[in-house]
Amino acid sequence: MKKFVAMLMVLAMVAAMFAGCGNAEKPAATEAPAASDAPAATEAPAADAPAADAPAADAPALKIGLTGPMTGPAAAYGLAVRAGMEVAVEEINAKGGLQIEFKSEDDEADGSDKAVSAYNSLKDWGMQMFAGAVTTGSSLAIAAETNADGIFMLTPSASAVDVAAPYDNVYQMCFTDPNQGASAAELMAAKWPEATIGVIYDSSDAYSTGIADGFLAKAAELSLNVAVSDAAFTADTKADLSTQVTKCKDAGCDLVFLPFYYTEASQVLTYANTIGYKPTFFGCDGMDGILTVEGFDTALAEGLVLMTPFDANASDEATASFVAKFKEKMDGLVPNQFAADGYDVIYAMYNACVAAGVDGSTAPADVCAAMQEQFAAMSVDGLTGKGMTWDEVGAISKAPAAVTISDGVYVPMG
Amino acid sequence: MQILQYLINGISIGAVYAIIALGYTMVYGIAKMLNFAHGDVIMVGAYISFCVTNYLGLPAALSVAAAVVVCTLLGIAIEGLAYKPLRGTPSLAVLITAIGVSYFLQNAAQLIWSSSPKNFTSVVAMEPISLADGQLVITGEVLLTVCVSALVMVGLTLFTGKTRTGKAMRAVSEDRAAAQLMGINVNRTISTTFAIGSALAAVAGVLLCSTVPTLMPTTGSMPGIRAFTAAVFGGIGSIPGAMLGGILLGIIETFSKAYLSTQFSDAIVFSVLIIILLVKPAGLLGKQIQEKV
Repeated sequence: MKKFVAMLMVLAMVAAMFAGCGNAEKPAATEAPAASDAPAATEAPAADAPAADAPAADAPALKIGLTGPMTGPAAAYGLAVRAGMEVAVEEINAKGGLQIEFKSEDDEADGSDKAVSAYNSLKDWGMQMFAGAVTTGSSLAIAAETNADGIFMLTPSASAVDVAAPYDNVYQMCFTDPNQGASAAELMAAKWPEATIGVIYDSSDAYSTGIADGFLAKAAELSLNVAVSDAAFTADTKADLSTQVTKCKDAGCDLVFLPFYYTEASQVLTYANTIGYKPTFFGCDGMDGILTVEGFDTALAEGLVLMTPFDANASDEATASFVAKFKEKMDGLVPNQFAADGYDVIYAMYNACVAAGVDGSTAPADVCAAMQEQFAAMSVDGLTGKGMTWDEVGAISKAPAAVTISDGVYVPMG
Repeated sequence: MQILQYLINGISIGAVYAIIALGYTMVYGIAKMLNFAHGDVIMVGAYISFCVTNYLGLPAALSVAAAVVVCTLLGIAIEGLAYKPLRGTPSLAVLITAIGVSYFLQNAAQLIWSSSPKNFTSVVAMEPISLADGQLVITGEVLLTVCVSALVMVGLTLFTGKTRTGKAMRAVSEDRAAAQLMGINVNRTISTTFAIGSALAAVAGVLLCSTVPTLMPTTGSMPGIRAFTAAVFGGIGSIPGAMLGGILLGIIETFSKAYLSTQFSDAIVFSVLIIILLVKPAGLLGKQIQEKV
């Protein structure tokens, strides 16, 4: 009897849990519905489209796979990239001609076995090109696998040098970290040559450390005045960044470089405002998204400079159309740079495939060879840059763009 | 002047650790279990407060009250569903369950509120006090956190020392079987402990996020672990010890970041902890209990 009651309780609890989720999702979460609906949505258009267009397109659809964090703390990035890619795939499939079948797997941003098994399941599915991974850790693990398997890989957002540099078949859509740091130093030398600079970075994060190292090397070369360069924090100590900010304040820094994600940056800006410290803050592409943080007072970000290749408020037609489609897909969420990188990755792959005459019947190794040939020579105009080209190690070359935040919107810096 | 500013920063984060540590130490002291889900109850409290102020537009004080109510109920529910069935089983089973509850809360929060961070608006409306031409800044959050944690400490000490329920709690803590023989309802006493611990967690969540505004489903876990360290440092089970441990931990952490190394601050903090525990194994204010054979 007791067992029976216990079982009943468990059932009731499970039922309550589902009921709770269902109700709570609608008003509160912007992404949760997408998270639960999207896996179905990803496959549906891809699976239906070729069937519907089968008489028109005689070649089988090209299979492109993605792995990224669709759940877990980094899910915001994975979901953005996936939705950006889906927008591109839907556009391409609607055009007719070469069709794309797109599939994504969740790797939870876990660079160990999860990333590799997510990749393996895509390989079993028959993936011809790999459009991931979203995060650096997973990409490092998967890059070695794609190299061994001879599968072409173009990551939208994994920015460490070690992702692309050691392998012929791996390319990047975003800047490498040291390159971004160096561009930041050049920009500062041009705009604020006299500034006293402080650097706060996350020493437990490869992205942040990579940029900081690239920046410090270039800053020394350009003889910028860097007064604070040891104000680091780690994933374990990021709950309190007040000491690092106070250090910069005491050293009289009037320009503070923040090469890390907006999650921690909002904390720095809030604390600096509380103690009345008002230097110019300068962020990298990880800062993109700070204005979308719910509850964040955008007045605190007034005058913040950040380097981002994508601006959702840009008035050109390509951006406006992408933003509209993305918002429709993601319940009104404004796309960030990750989404735009994902979109550009699909188009770069598509353009290269059309140019090389690759379709769904080409073996992955032949696709890879054709892509390497194309990527060495081609130039792509996308949302994140015009005339983007790739060098021999697979790192991208595009013009760095910086914006200043003014009245809560990005204003391009001249 | 600079050193004073660092001291204030240290006390500020230390007082947050202290109030979390009070919840840890209370539950450990009485139920003799490490409630690793405590940090996540804090996170839930902060989210409730955030939702009440941002979505319903109600004043901050009401949002704190709502957070306290929701967390108290959550604490009782967790205790009843996850821990009570395991009473009498080896403590390892309860420990693993606590870790499971912690993951459950984090993932549930992610489903409900999504993983993208939210910026918590401080519940303190006070302008920061600026001394010595702005070289020294004391924020309202620091004052509030220190006052609240001191009040909570005094309140808990009086409660466990003077009231009937408090005395029952101490009895359960000393010897569960004997307490039961004396007519104390052990289950209800432990549930009450969880209710109080969770209510404290709600207050801690609001104070934590007022000091450090980033709110994510993982917000509670790291401060939770640090506060646990603080509780051990001060002597786990001791209420004034949790307070002392929290504040000291905050100060040591801030000073090592400011004057020694930002990157090695954790190594320094934990070395101090190891040294203290070598000298005083029960923590700063913990009581050495002699086991009689």
